[in-house]
Amino acid sequence: MTEIDLKNIKVDKTVDARGTACPGPLLEAKRGMAAVPMGGILEVLSSDIGTTEDLPLWANKVGHQCLGTIEEAGYWKVFVKKGK
Amino acid sequence: MADGASVAGRQSAVQEKRIEGLTMLIFSGDLDKALSAFIVANGAAAMDIPVTLFFTFWGVNIMRREGQVQLLEKKTFMESMFGWMMPKGPNKLVLSNMNMGGMGTLMLKKEMAKKNVYSLPKLIEEAREQGVRLVICTMTMDIMGIKKEELMPGVEFGGVTTFVSTANEGNMTLFI
Repeated sequence: MTEIDLKNIKVDKTVDARGTACPGPLLEAKRGMAAVPMGGILEVLSSDIGTTEDLPLWANKVGHQCLGTIEEAGYWKVFVKKGK
Repeated sequence: MADGASVAGRQSAVQEKRIEGLTMLIFSGDLDKALSAFIVANGAAAMDIPVTLFFTFWGVNIMRREGQVQLLEKKTFMESMFGWMMPKGPNKLVLSNMNMGGMGTLMLKKEMAKKNVYSLPKLIEEAREQGVRLVICTMTMDIMGIKKEELMPGVEFGGVTTFVSTANEGNMTLFI
């Protein structure tokens, strides 16, 4: 997905994990995903750059799909589509 | 010398039988090492990998309860001494390096709180919620006189066979 697509995407839930460090964003993403319907999209906000590497790996491993990442001022938005 | 080939064959058969699983032998009771262990355990559990933590020797102290506990049977003098000298639970652990009489540990905890890194008690709680198996070595309990009621609720008890059989079924084993 392009950045423009991601900016206009409709998310089902947003998890704000900004300010937390590893493994905070991962655990919050996992918890947040429980409230997302199948095929729905979870947006994770994180100020930890490691999250942009970790969340795609996690999504891939547990059967979700990472759609991409947008960099904002001082934080990142990671979009994950629920697949399981 | 057909042995080389047959050993290789046997090894690959074992490899194929292995399923996903992370088993950690937590020997150390140092704060920094315990933090690393629980961060890895939580990450793996979040990735749907079954995790078993096996606590032995100084590592058992990580899982002790804080404060006074009503014991079912009296400890011997040596057991009481051990119990008194070793840290009682995650809040009492110190760094393996740069502890500086407790000042280093205090500074690290302050810095972790400031930067919103999960504390060790929080990481233990998360691990428990994620279904991480916490197994305490009964031999250590026996030597050091640590009783079941002194340990956090929800832990299991086991010996070397528990560790080896769990580790053998999984594909990742770490010694901390």
